Amino acid sequence: MKSNYLNDCTSWVCRRFPMAKLWNDHMAQYYAPKNFNFWYFFGSLALLVLVNQFITGILLTMNYKPDASLAFDSVEYIMREVPWGWLVRYMHSTGASAFFIVVYLHMFRGLIYGSYKQPRELIWIFGMLIFLALMAEAFMGYLLPWGQMSYWGAQVIISLFSAIPVIGDDLSLWVRGDYVISDATLNRFFAFHVIAIPLILVMLVFLHIIALHEVGSNNPDGIEIKDSKDPWGHPVDGIPFHPYYTVKDIVGVAVFMFFFATVIFYMPEMGGYFLEHANFIPADPLATPEHIAPVWYFTPFYAILRAIPDKFAGVIAMGGAIVVLFLLPWLDRSPVRSIRYRGGIYKKAIVLFVISFIGLGYLGMQPPTAGATIFARILTAIYFAFFLLMPIYTRWERPKPLPKRVNEEPGLEDRIPAIKQSFAAMTHDVPETRDGHTVMHTRPDASGIAHELSKLGRKIIRSLD
Amino acid sequence: MKKLLQICLLTLIPLGAFASGGMDLDSADIDLTDKDSLENGAHLYVQYCLGCHSTKYIRYLNLADDFGVEQQEILDKVAPERAGIYDKMLTAMNGHDAKKWFGVRPPDLSLIARSRGADWLYSYLRSFYADPNKPLGVNNAIFPDVGMPNPLWKLQGKQTAVFETVDDQQVITELVLEKPGTMSAEEFDKSVNDIVNFLVYAGEPAQVERQSMGKYVLFFILLFGVIAYLLKKEYWKDIH
Repeated sequence: MKSNYLNDCTSWVCRRFPMAKLWNDHMAQYYAPKNFNFWYFFGSLALLVLVNQFITGILLTMNYKPDASLAFDSVEYIMREVPWGWLVRYMHSTGASAFFIVVYLHMFRGLIYGSYKQPRELIWIFGMLIFLALMAEAFMGYLLPWGQMSYWGAQVIISLFSAIPVIGDDLSLWVRGDYVISDATLNRFFAFHVIAIPLILVMLVFLHIIALHEVGSNNPDGIEIKDSKDPWGHPVDGIPFHPYYTVKDIVGVAVFMFFFATVIFYMPEMGGYFLEHANFIPADPLATPEHIAPVWYFTPFYAILRAIPDKFAGVIAMGGAIVVLFLLPWLDRSPVRSIRYRGGIYKKAIVLFVISFIGLGYLGMQPPTAGATIFARILTAIYFAFFLLMPIYTRWERPKPLPKRVNEEPGLEDRIPAIKQSFAAMTHDVPETRDGHTVMHTRPDASGIAHELSKLGRKIIRSLD
Repeated sequence: MKKLLQICLLTLIPLGAFASGGMDLDSADIDLTDKDSLENGAHLYVQYCLGCHSTKYIRYLNLADDFGVEQQEILDKVAPERAGIYDKMLTAMNGHDAKKWFGVRPPDLSLIARSRGADWLYSYLRSFYADPNKPLGVNNAIFPDVGMPNPLWKLQGKQTAVFETVDDQQVITELVLEKPGTMSAEEFDKSVNDIVNFLVYAGEPAQVERQSMGKYVLFFILLFGVIAYLLKKEYWKDIH
């Protein structure tokens, strides 16, 4: 090859730094299973949102003032006076909620396909630590706009520390740096939000990915692609991450950005779920809002806290709800990973778990009435039963036989005929005469829709066995 | 099972029914592209509200820029006498005095539309009624026992409330106009709507720009998505 300036530079670097090796190990020659489906977009999307939070966060820091008397005004200054400030702020606030949506879906993927099981326990543990750091990051970041909900949400959560016997009061005083949430608290939360936790997050993401690339990705069939290799030692069902999954993930990025931009430009408050209405009132230590609710992503855990009558026991239960997630790799005793080859009990347990998680999330936003508390207790019991009974029911049920090779995933276009067919079944054509012409109109067909729905219902029930 | 279902239903009903007590909210007709409504709203705001409530994040200059009118027009028609174009919309009222007179310091209203919502404001401003038991002689059906007098009484006239006893509690069923003001009911509703329109604008001046920009951004992302999908299909052709 003819020597040129660029090649010289590259080889100069490569002799001193394993650039090509890193690229090959993690991108061009990292073999990922070829049967990734929809659920596998959320890992790369989480990384995208993390980058979004970093960039918009840095830009916000340039105009934000971490001072109790200036913080609220400085956020409004960003929204009104800073060029494009409103866009940066909405990208950051929407990004926080998007982060949790993406991460919850990513975790659910791990749950249904058994991605946490041997030999991927450490990936799960690092992932859970990321989730924990993310919760701390979101909680501390929410104080910074210094609105009523920022203030009282932080007040409620930090006062939980005081429920701990003996050291509780001193501990919460130490965390706050004052007897109430104040300027001291705002400053330390700012320090944690912009420096400490982001550093931890980046390190944990690094560990998460390194651990993943060491053992290789799981897939929707939950079998090891390394078990069947071609003569060159590459897994036959594996394809290089780059270019195949880089181009595929870009499609996911486009779909994600479409929804993300819709929220940012048309509904940045998301009906009070992403930006709470009460947070547009400046923090007032003397006026407690009538209803204090955390942002939606914390509400399942908040509902568990409130469901327990004793405050300290509630704190333990809330912590326990997260600790059991760490234990998942050892609670699950099933010989198979993927939900596709598990028995009916596990599938029904997953359905119950999803219902309990979403139900708790809803209840956590509502004021605690007597009826809501009964519901929250039932759902809390289901939540914990899902994990704590897992060693029993996963051993109990009989899994289906595993395939040797991964199944082909139907592509988007392969599904079109079926969609067309069910559309045709749900509509009928009506001839209509107007001005002497007969035009065929497609109209919805009630019995057809009922039939398709019952077909779907039967399919869902059958898939639970 | 049947019993469980009953418990479920019984406990769900109060959850759904949770809403603020009193009368239902009327919906405001918010149109931030209606510059005349915004300018009239700003004018009425300065006339009737600015005496107690500031809108400190808005400058008169912002109004001229965002409504697309001359700065002089804002100074002549909207701003109080002798206000400068760079001035913020501050109130002349002293907060300590206000606290003594009304019991609370009148809040800044820059973000009131974002915390309360347009429909609430529209309903609230139209729901004052005469109540001789109150120190200021008026009460409000949407915000009971509010410390604020009705600043628009001259325009609206005098309203009285019709009560009905439900579960041993006095509930307002409707408000009746007893003595008409200087405006007809339609004119008054339109004026209140203009004020609310202005407050919605003041809550987030960037929102018109934001919404008009959104469609281009979404169109670009859609285009990007199509190209990304075609690229993916091209690469994945050889994967079987």
